[in-house]
Amino acid sequence: MANEGVNHGRRRFLTATTVVVGGAGALVAAVPFIKYWLPSARAKTAGAPVQQDISKIEEGQMIITEWRGQPVWVVRRSKAQLDALKSQDSRLRDPKSENVDQQPKFAQNEYRSIKPELLVMVGVCTHLGCSPKFHGEIKPEPFDAEWKGGFFCPCHKSRFDMAGRVYQGVPAPTNLKVPPYTFADGDKTLIIGVMPEGAA
Amino acid sequence: MANKLTRAVAGVQEWFNYRTPGLMPAYRKHMSEYWAPKNFNLWYYFGSLALLVLVNQIVTGIFLTMNFKPSAAEAFASVEYIMRDVEWGWLIRYMHSTGASAFFIVVYLHMFRGLLYGSAQKPRELVWILGMLIYLVLMAEAFLGYVLPWGQMSFWGAKVIISLFGAIPMIGDTLVEWIMGDYLPADATLNRFFALHVIALPLVLLLLVVLHIAALHEVGSNNPDGVDIKKTKDARGRPLDGIAFHPYYTVKDLFGAMFFLTICAFVLFFEPTFGGWFLEHDNFVAANKLVTPEHIKPVWYYTPYYAMLRVVPDKLLGVMTMFGAIIVLFFVPWLDRSPARSYRYRGWKSKLLLALFAFSFVWLGKIGAGPGTDPNETILGRVLTFYYFAFFITMPLWTKADSTKPVPERVKMHD
Amino acid sequence: MIKQAMTKLGLTVAVALVAASPLALASSGGAALKPANTRIDNIASLQRGAQLYFNYCIGCHSIEYMRYSRIGEDLKLTEDQVMKNLNFTGAKYGETIHTSMPPEDAARWFGKTPPDLSLEARAKGPDWIYNYLKSFYVDPARPVGWNNTVFPGASMPNVLWELQGVQHATFEPKEKSLESCSDEGASCKNGQREVEHCKAGTTEIDGKCLVHLEVSAPGKLSAQEFDEAARDLTAFLQYVGEPAAMKRMSLGVWVVLYLAFFTFLAWLLKKEYWKDVH
Repeated sequence: MANEGVNHGRRRFLTATTVVVGGAGALVAAVPFIKYWLPSARAKTAGAPVQQDISKIEEGQMIITEWRGQPVWVVRRSKAQLDALKSQDSRLRDPKSENVDQQPKFAQNEYRSIKPELLVMVGVCTHLGCSPKFHGEIKPEPFDAEWKGGFFCPCHKSRFDMAGRVYQGVPAPTNLKVPPYTFADGDKTLIIGVMPEGAA
Repeated sequence: MANKLTRAVAGVQEWFNYRTPGLMPAYRKHMSEYWAPKNFNLWYYFGSLALLVLVNQIVTGIFLTMNFKPSAAEAFASVEYIMRDVEWGWLIRYMHSTGASAFFIVVYLHMFRGLLYGSAQKPRELVWILGMLIYLVLMAEAFLGYVLPWGQMSFWGAKVIISLFGAIPMIGDTLVEWIMGDYLPADATLNRFFALHVIALPLVLLLLVVLHIAALHEVGSNNPDGVDIKKTKDARGRPLDGIAFHPYYTVKDLFGAMFFLTICAFVLFFEPTFGGWFLEHDNFVAANKLVTPEHIKPVWYYTPYYAMLRVVPDKLLGVMTMFGAIIVLFFVPWLDRSPARSYRYRGWKSKLLLALFAFSFVWLGKIGAGPGTDPNETILGRVLTFYYFAFFITMPLWTKADSTKPVPERVKMHD
Repeated sequence: MIKQAMTKLGLTVAVALVAASPLALASSGGAALKPANTRIDNIASLQRGAQLYFNYCIGCHSIEYMRYSRIGEDLKLTEDQVMKNLNFTGAKYGETIHTSMPPEDAARWFGKTPPDLSLEARAKGPDWIYNYLKSFYVDPARPVGWNNTVFPGASMPNVLWELQGVQHATFEPKEKSLESCSDEGASCKNGQREVEHCKAGTTEIDGKCLVHLEVSAPGKLSAQEFDEAARDLTAFLQYVGEPAAMKRMSLGVWVVLYLAFFTFLAWLLKKEYWKDVH
């Protein structure tokens, strides 16, 4: 068949170049198929920030709204509830909110909120996802004789204080999540899903 | 390091070989020691291109299924959702629609090659039959797929084609209702067409393609000269005119595939509707059972048969003519009696008749794409339909009678 | 061999002839459509078209497959600009675009529900839309007082009349003549049949012969300015029909270049290996 020798070097080079160029093309071609799974414009619109009028929430009252399919609690905390927060530090798993996954930087403080009196929290238990019940009154409860107000999850008995911080000795591993939020309209409106201007 | 890697790979190979000893022999039989004739020309690209397009349709089809809603209420909107709201949805949709038309271009050229080089003749009759079955299933698959977007053409095309079955005496009307699951194409129809298009027919198609290639590999490929390369073997038992499929035809088909994709990309990115031939204007209007489009016409790849259907004045006879045109193709292995397998070595009369056949098929397509109101065009359509059938039915006579040139023992390389 | 090449040539020619004739987009009026000459890569044109759409069309016609946010992204407008200048329905930025007119009321007032226009440009083509917008004329016989030579019997009034001015149509009756015939129809007497045609230079519209359309009372825009406005609005609708079109074409250049290069590379590889084959 062949009279001259086969130029193996050239063959290897051409084959390698073809594989590399083709591989690069294949990777680029795969991108649309992978990105196809990203939330569509319709999903993004449905998951868009939610506005909530907070001007009428009374002290001690909690309202529940929804963002990205999850319940979001808005509580106007009383001075007594706020003052009692420090006393709970020794009973909590993460009193200083050191787990950065659970709240934006602006909520890494003793109140876990922007305004001390206004608590904004995702109402989903960090154990297995039930929605805990609001027990705002400072009085002894069957699940805690020293109850200073907070949230009690009926599913597996996890407890959280009035800043959503998780107690020791309960199944839930972390504090309740604080969503990104900011205020608008002279603080009469809460916008959930948007970070405050310039803040972390 | 390289040594460790090679040893690891060898180890894995041995692990498989011990447990599936047939793997390596199968690879050799179908790739590295499949002796394909060395004189394949342009016409021989279309088989591998068809396989490439099949893979494209399946992959893009799967992704479309992730967002398409197969209900009469939501289908049309879900296609627009894919085109606008889903990231890169427009690209995947166009890959699927361009691919569908590309599939038929490739398949028609692939079939023509079979006629041109006598590939249907013994011992490849089964390859041809399986190929014809693939063609039939493909036409059904494309029809079902076109109904899914539930545009005006989807709905009215479905209505017309399904109503053809009503021409069958006695059972016709019940059959039509049974196909639709309703008294007109409706939600039930769309949903079941979706199931057939996405699962049932693709599985059948894949099976047939595997059998088609297996049947071919049993007897070996034909070639443009129609020479049986197995007749002249070397000392090792390898055909003198054969070359290993891998690497020679893998590398050649890679080139063919890239050239083909370049053309497809040009169409997809700059003219995806192809002037209305690939994506019809009327299908951008949602289905409306009360308003009939001005021209109901099938997609271009059905138009030759649609022309035949229209030019025959009787409904039942028209349907029989249309299906008959496809049935007659199944018999080519027994109709083609030429002692010279490839048209290269047949007489000028055979070549002329074949050229006229190709021309008339295309012209019938043009007639089928038109409104069908011109009486002169109808007469021409009848002549062409008559020629189509005459070409095949008289084939045993003229293939035998025509002169032939002596067929060489060995293939001729480049022409 | 020659016959083979001829077959290939014949096939190619036949297919090319057929493919060269794009399927005609319906023009029920009868007059040839003037080319719209829209440029959807002209963002300024699209912006003007969007402004026109939301000032004159959104009152009756939704474009339900479009979102305000998409228009903002593609037409390089800020959210603020879109919400102030285009969003008159109070929808959220990411929401789809609907008309505020209830469809049942519209059907009662106009006889037909004004259709959604998201895909009108893909179904009818930009030329049809451009000509339609320019072809309204006063017709007291119609319920809305307007008719249209491109779409006779349209239920839509000329919403752009303030810009275009008031347009009138001049019609004349058909001309009768005799033509020879040979069939056995009743109308064929003594080898002749009486037929009616429109005179040369006129166009048959809905059974009448249109001589010309003329703006009698001028509007806010000159004829050329109105042409531009109609072009801009058509371009916007063309964009709405396929928002991804610009991205598609710009990406296409790169994809085709890459594939052409890879084809060349694959050809080199093939040639190298095929040196073995004689």
